[in-house]
Amino acid sequence: MSAPDPQLPPDARKNRGRRNLAIALGLAAFILTVYAVTILRIGGNILERP
Amino acid sequence: MSEALPTAAAASPGHYFALLKPRVMSLVVFTALVGMIAAVEAGGSLNGGLAAISLVAIAVGAGASGALNMWWDADIDAAMARTAGRPIPQGYVPPSEAAGFGLLLSGLSVALLALASNYVAAFWLAFTIFFYVVIYSMWLKRSTPQNIVIGGAAGALPPVVAWAAVTGTAPLEAWILFAIIFLWTPPHFWALAIYRESDYGRAGVPMMPNVAGEASTKKQIFAYSIALVLSGLAPFAAGFGGYAYLAISSAFGAGLLMIAWRVLKSPPRAKDEAKQLFAFSILYLFALFAALLVEDLWALYVRA
Repeated sequence: MSAPDPQLPPDARKNRGRRNLAIALGLAAFILTVYAVTILRIGGNILERP
Repeated sequence: MSEALPTAAAASPGHYFALLKPRVMSLVVFTALVGMIAAVEAGGSLNGGLAAISLVAIAVGAGASGALNMWWDADIDAAMARTAGRPIPQGYVPPSEAAGFGLLLSGLSVALLALASNYVAAFWLAFTIFFYVVIYSMWLKRSTPQNIVIGGAAGALPPVVAWAAVTGTAPLEAWILFAIIFLWTPPHFWALAIYRESDYGRAGVPMMPNVAGEASTKKQIFAYSIALVLSGLAPFAAGFGGYAYLAISSAFGAGLLMIAWRVLKSPPRAKDEAKQLFAFSILYLFALFAALLVEDLWALYVRA
């Protein structure tokens, strides 16, 4: 990490932070969704082991 | 120095969200939800959680195609008053970022739908995105006044995708819902094009009023309105719309035909009737799909 870009005005720096946060939340949501799909699809079948 | 700074540095997450065309997305979610519930009523079954995730995947896929459309059409959007405020013409989002954003979300949404439901639904979602971006945006929009007629297929596909998500197939009933939205598109967008004629002319988009003239467009609007109202009765004929649906479809159909007739008889360059038809066409489509939704929910949860 480097010091904050001095050329970037404060509002642009704030928006960059918000973009980064949105990407992080989006990724987390995708990961949780795929996990939820896995659990929902396995469902009760997990008990039917040979 | 500061004025040389690209405004892209000031982009907020909201600018990226705007690339997804949230208003179009909400219509897609609504028509897809109706397709899903109708498929369940017709005997299909899908876990509620998986159905909700499938609906999200369809919505994101539609949003992704919106972002790709805004990437490709940034030059047109900049020239039209209705679209000049979009994030790319405003300089908030560079075109290449919109393209990457759209491609990424396309891939993720199709993959997620395949995981949550099945490959048939995932195929139709991928086809919808391909049709909207490549067939409509890249090919037809700038080359023929039939652009929105053929391109309307992309907007009409969500109920088919949703039906396939529940049953793994796309039966006749799903294609009847497709036909309603498909036939709805020309009167809806040509009404808009009549009162925004100069906008499209300036951008060089060959919409029907610019190419064939207002009088011819009004005749075609009326012809498509008749076809639309007939297709609006088809769910009853095919047995998946009940008497409540028939009543609503007939009443709103009569209203639509009356306004389309007034558009046909309106003097040249009169815009009020076209504006009225544009607004009523949205209400018409909403009323028909809402009637199906309420009937199906009633049959599934109240009568059962």
